[in-house]
Amino acid sequence: MLLEQIINGITLGSIYAIVALGFTLVFGVLGIINMAHGEIFMIGAFIGVLITSVLGLPLWIAFIAAIGVTVILGYMLERIALRPLRGKQGVSHLAPLISTIGVSILLENLSHHIFGAGNHPFRHSFAQIQFQIGSITVYLVQILIFVISITLMVVLSYWLSKTKAGKALRATAENLETASLLGVNTKRTITTTVILASALGGIAGILVGMAFNSVNPQMGLSMGLKGLAIIILGGMGNVKGAMAGGLLLGLAETMIVAYGDSGYRDAVAFITIIFILLLRPQGIFGKNTAEAGR
Amino acid sequence: MRNSFKKVYLLISVLMVVMLAACSEDVTNATSEKSGGPVSAKIGVISYMTGPGAAYGEAITNGFNLALDEINEKGDVKIELIIEDSAGKQDQALTVAQKLMSSDDIVALLGPTLSTEMNVVGPEADINGIPIMGTSTTAAGIPQIGEYVFRNSIPESLAIPAALEKAVNKYGAKKVAILYGNDDLFTQSGFDTMKAEAEKMGLEILTIETFQKGQSDYNAQLTKIKDLQPDLILASALYNEGAVIMDQARKMGIDLPFVGGNGYNSPQVIEIAGEASEGLIVATPWFGEKDDPKVQDFVKKYETEYGHKPDQFAAQAYDALYIMAEGLKNAGVADRDALRDALAEIKDLDGILGKFSFDEDGDVIMEPTVLIIKDGTFQLFE
Repeated sequence: MLLEQIINGITLGSIYAIVALGFTLVFGVLGIINMAHGEIFMIGAFIGVLITSVLGLPLWIAFIAAIGVTVILGYMLERIALRPLRGKQGVSHLAPLISTIGVSILLENLSHHIFGAGNHPFRHSFAQIQFQIGSITVYLVQILIFVISITLMVVLSYWLSKTKAGKALRATAENLETASLLGVNTKRTITTTVILASALGGIAGILVGMAFNSVNPQMGLSMGLKGLAIIILGGMGNVKGAMAGGLLLGLAETMIVAYGDSGYRDAVAFITIIFILLLRPQGIFGKNTAEAGR
Repeated sequence: MRNSFKKVYLLISVLMVVMLAACSEDVTNATSEKSGGPVSAKIGVISYMTGPGAAYGEAITNGFNLALDEINEKGDVKIELIIEDSAGKQDQALTVAQKLMSSDDIVALLGPTLSTEMNVVGPEADINGIPIMGTSTTAAGIPQIGEYVFRNSIPESLAIPAALEKAVNKYGAKKVAILYGNDDLFTQSGFDTMKAEAEKMGLEILTIETFQKGQSDYNAQLTKIKDLQPDLILASALYNEGAVIMDQARKMGIDLPFVGGNGYNSPQVIEIAGEASEGLIVATPWFGEKDDPKVQDFVKKYETEYGHKPDQFAAQAYDALYIMAEGLKNAGVADRDALRDALAEIKDLDGILGKFSFDEDGDVIMEPTVLIIKDGTFQLFE
């Protein structure tokens, strides 16, 4: 029981972590919360359902299609909802937040309109592959999710710290104007970031579809709120923090259900977050200065 | 600059006025038609026609219209329906109800769709002395609002015990686990009924687990339930979450039968969960596969008319209009009070849902049918 629950918790936590990675990237560079991220994640999940269940195509095509669609969505989000507001005089710093909320409402209702309100099953034989270790059933999907999330984190950390584009991104995050003066193409860097974050959302969407077999237009909202909580917990704009925070929240939620009362699942999880923030206001991995991310 | 803005605003407001006028036109078009011989009456319908629950309103009005044609063709009574939209909102339901009540030649109301709407419309109808019958309102306490308030939809407090009793007898269950959505009034009241009934039957409740609407991961709850080894799982869920719960349970290796409430009872469960839905037991007033010429006739007619199979809501609406027609026929006049008294007297009326009577409160007396999902369809549970 304990081992099975830990596996459940890690699976959930890994998905949270991938969603949070997308949040944290955008926050790190732009200093805004992308409220549409949850909905982009949801669209990714729907693309997965469409490709595998409706069209009957193999899983890898679903991944490519979901990444493709979410990349386009990310690009449009940046071009239509974010860029016009950037650097304009008199635009409140809350304006991009509001405009991403608008995009999230649009996407949710759009998919409600196209796919209907109900749950859509994710029928794929890959999701059924399982093996027994003693009395515990482990699904290949669960391992895959964990591996993908760790890989993404490692690749992202490497990319951010070692590659030129990653360095440009961090420079932009540090100070947009200075980076621009030093020859960084900040426009392109920001677009890359939003696109990258959206693609991460798309991947997470497919993984949720595979793991839990439930995809619906409302799934973006709760996932988005969890992702938000995680980046606050892990430290805003911090890749390792998003990963650790995600796993922590997933495990905490699962353990509360397993050994406590499932009615307190969300309550205890968020109380934990408040408690950690009281001890470490900057988050687990956050830097000590409040403005470090900008 | 300013002037051109003004012109645009003027244009917009003119357009809006025109649109408003166009809207009101078809509502006021209904003219009364008096004829000698059979009782002719107007009945107001309040239904959830627009918004997220519009599918309910559509099924319900389809059911009414199908029954209406048949009743008028038969000619014992002549009925005219005036249909208004509540949009699933309490305030709008009340507004349209007041509009319908204020018209003297409307003798009765059918609807509204939701129990929450009925809670505001019911008392108003009772004060005004106009009979009102809900066809889809299953919450506790609806017919107790007043003596003019009726319903023909079986409440959860009737359906769940019927399903539970049959399942417990069949499987010899002693230990149960309960799972319910704790953020929805409907699933919560279903849970209350389940818990009370399980306690009454002397079943041991191993654990009570909760979940929220739109949740996608139920593995933690299900792993816990699996470990406690119950004989039966009681789940008060809407079909969307319910189907996913069953899917994850079966994947985990939980092969136990599930007992669900009214919200679980939908062909959608089979569609979403596929094979995993096998073993879901629900009690329902409506069983479309029933070997009864009346039922088969209704299903066939509905399918040719609307292109898909009728659900529980269409069937309940269909029967409700027949109940109204019977009441009108027995009353002999199109009068609100006479109709109320005649309705209260109705006993053992044969409908597509079965034999129907009202109890002294105006609630349903009916034997619900218990169904189980087997081989990919709902079948009678023996």
